Amino acid sequence: MEVWVSILLSICAASTPLLLAATGELVVERSGVLNLGVEGMMIIGAVTAFSVAQASGSVYGGAGAAIFAGAAFSLLFAFLTLTLVANQVATGLALTILGLGLSGMIGESFVGLPGLKLDAVAIPGLSGLPVVGPFFNQDPLFYTSIVLVVAVAWFLFQTKAGLTLRAVGDSHDSAHALGINVIAVRYFAIMFGGACAGLAGAYLSLVVVPQWTEGMTAGRGWIALALVVFASWRPWRVLLGAYLFGAITIAQFHAQATDASEFSHLPQWLFAIIAWATSLPAQFLTSLPYLATIVVLVLIAGNRRLTMINTPASLGKSFVPDR
Amino acid sequence: MKRLLASLLTASALALTATAAVAEEQDKTKACFIYIGPTGDFGWTYQHDQGRKSVEEAFGDKVETAYLENVPESAEAQRPIEGFARAGCDIIFTTSFNYMDPTNKAAKKFPDVKFEHATGYKRESPNVSTYSSKFYQGRYVQGQIAARMSQTGVAGYIASFPIPEVIRGINSFILGAQSINPDFKLKVVWVSTWFDPPKEADAAKALIDQGVDILTQHTDSTAPMQVAAERDIKAFGQASDMIKFGPETQLTSIIDEWGPYYVERVGAVMNGTWEQHDVWHGMAEGNVVMAPYTNMPDDVAKMAEETAAKIKSGEFEPFTGPIKKQDGTDWLKEGEVADLGTLLGMNFYVAGVDDKLPQ
Repeated sequence: MEVWVSILLSICAASTPLLLAATGELVVERSGVLNLGVEGMMIIGAVTAFSVAQASGSVYGGAGAAIFAGAAFSLLFAFLTLTLVANQVATGLALTILGLGLSGMIGESFVGLPGLKLDAVAIPGLSGLPVVGPFFNQDPLFYTSIVLVVAVAWFLFQTKAGLTLRAVGDSHDSAHALGINVIAVRYFAIMFGGACAGLAGAYLSLVVVPQWTEGMTAGRGWIALALVVFASWRPWRVLLGAYLFGAITIAQFHAQATDASEFSHLPQWLFAIIAWATSLPAQFLTSLPYLATIVVLVLIAGNRRLTMINTPASLGKSFVPDR
Repeated sequence: MKRLLASLLTASALALTATAAVAEEQDKTKACFIYIGPTGDFGWTYQHDQGRKSVEEAFGDKVETAYLENVPESAEAQRPIEGFARAGCDIIFTTSFNYMDPTNKAAKKFPDVKFEHATGYKRESPNVSTYSSKFYQGRYVQGQIAARMSQTGVAGYIASFPIPEVIRGINSFILGAQSINPDFKLKVVWVSTWFDPPKEADAAKALIDQGVDILTQHTDSTAPMQVAAERDIKAFGQASDMIKFGPETQLTSIIDEWGPYYVERVGAVMNGTWEQHDVWHGMAEGNVVMAPYTNMPDDVAKMAEETAAKIKSGEFEPFTGPIKKQDGTDWLKEGEVADLGTLLGMNFYVAGVDDKLPQ
């Protein structure tokens, strides 16, 4: 395999969990709910996927269970914030803390066991193509993540149900007045977000590193949350954001490991750029993905029109039907 | 009135439980541990927790242990450390380098509590001891194995933070490797975390794509070992025996054995003989143990065993001159052995490391 193909494939692996979780959270936020529990739902997904795969011997069973577990766990958040009208921010944070603790308890007996890996599935016809072939020979969750973005984009902007969901997110009072069951819509949106986060967790414990270790999501849920704002609540931009983050993560490792003198045969200007990039301090390079995210967030926040148009107007607000 | 009565009742109940707890604590020694990662990392923290369990096994009912996981390495560590001191801990082990200042601050406030800080060098009051292990001794053996086993002549090193502990490991590894093959190269990648399995995996993939065929790590998860197994290269485990994660991949692993030390120190608190000290145990004391030499030809394993035996007996020390620093200046003369102070505060690369040290 060519080196650059291998590099691009590692970018896909680094981006996919973020993409899965962020797409789910985008739908949740579009319905006007801010669920800060992504990290917690993700790690519940990771531990469920691993333990079910271990117990049943089926990685697909593990992935399916993770989807279910993520959705079930998010139901707790939905019940507290929608039915009991608890504060969304506080409940979301509590969900994350609970998820991290609970997963550690569930997974205790699985620590130190090598797991089963979800193998690549070649797409007939496409995987044989020159150059792009390897991209059609990846794990099924990678394909799922791409299909998911397309499906969510289509759902939100091309279907009546999507319009309803966005209406609920933009003005729950108006939606309610039109006879839409705001609470029911939000229940579904939250569970969809939970399912996606669960699948993202499964990606970590079944594909990226087939093992269970406590806290293995290591903050990816928070990055996914940032990506939703980064994408100003547009599905395609989530794809862009996730891959940008993944690409910078991988590229900076290569910048660290590269010996610039190996590139002295390249044109002078290109060599100068490589020499400069590889001479940057390692701490700066490792923080680059996060810096890039912050810079984009600041730029978006600075553009009032962009934020006004896309931010769900009821985001984070509790809804109590007045009758 | 009802409310007042209720709160009075609660308060007295609380006071009662508090006295009961204290009474219980008096005949039990309480040993407490602050961990950087989760006990289930199967690396650094896992091994410290094994040490804690040894303490429980050794003293049974006479001891009570407690631990806190995932304590950040910042000023925030202050609160949990002092919390332990207030909760009646007799001895507190803080098991990561950057707990150094919070530990010393807490020690000044609680002079009756004993503090033990791992891998640091500050002992600002008489109730603080420091302890560490000479993991670098194992790194030298690994360097030699890497130089014998590598086809490309390049090894990859996943590093966490540029602290003396990590820098010593890198230096010792390259000294070992270049004692076999003077042209041996090392690519170092800093991940700025002790524990982040997916990120460690990303770093491992990047290094392999860069042409290394031996992987070693100074981070705490088994992720790099799994990536190495997947890409069919060889790797060294870290902190614990990771052979299960790479049955055909792991060459050996440096195992941290904290148990004997923890048992000794808690025992010292019990019989009142605890005194401040600064120890740095290594292979000789059984603190640094090499996992079985696997997936290599017999002659390479034999060489590794011989080197390890020499280090263990004190016949050989990895940091023995002549050694130059990376900038070309002389550090150690022929036959001169590095002093402990320089090693403990090591903040420079030796000649042969092909990386710019982040400062």
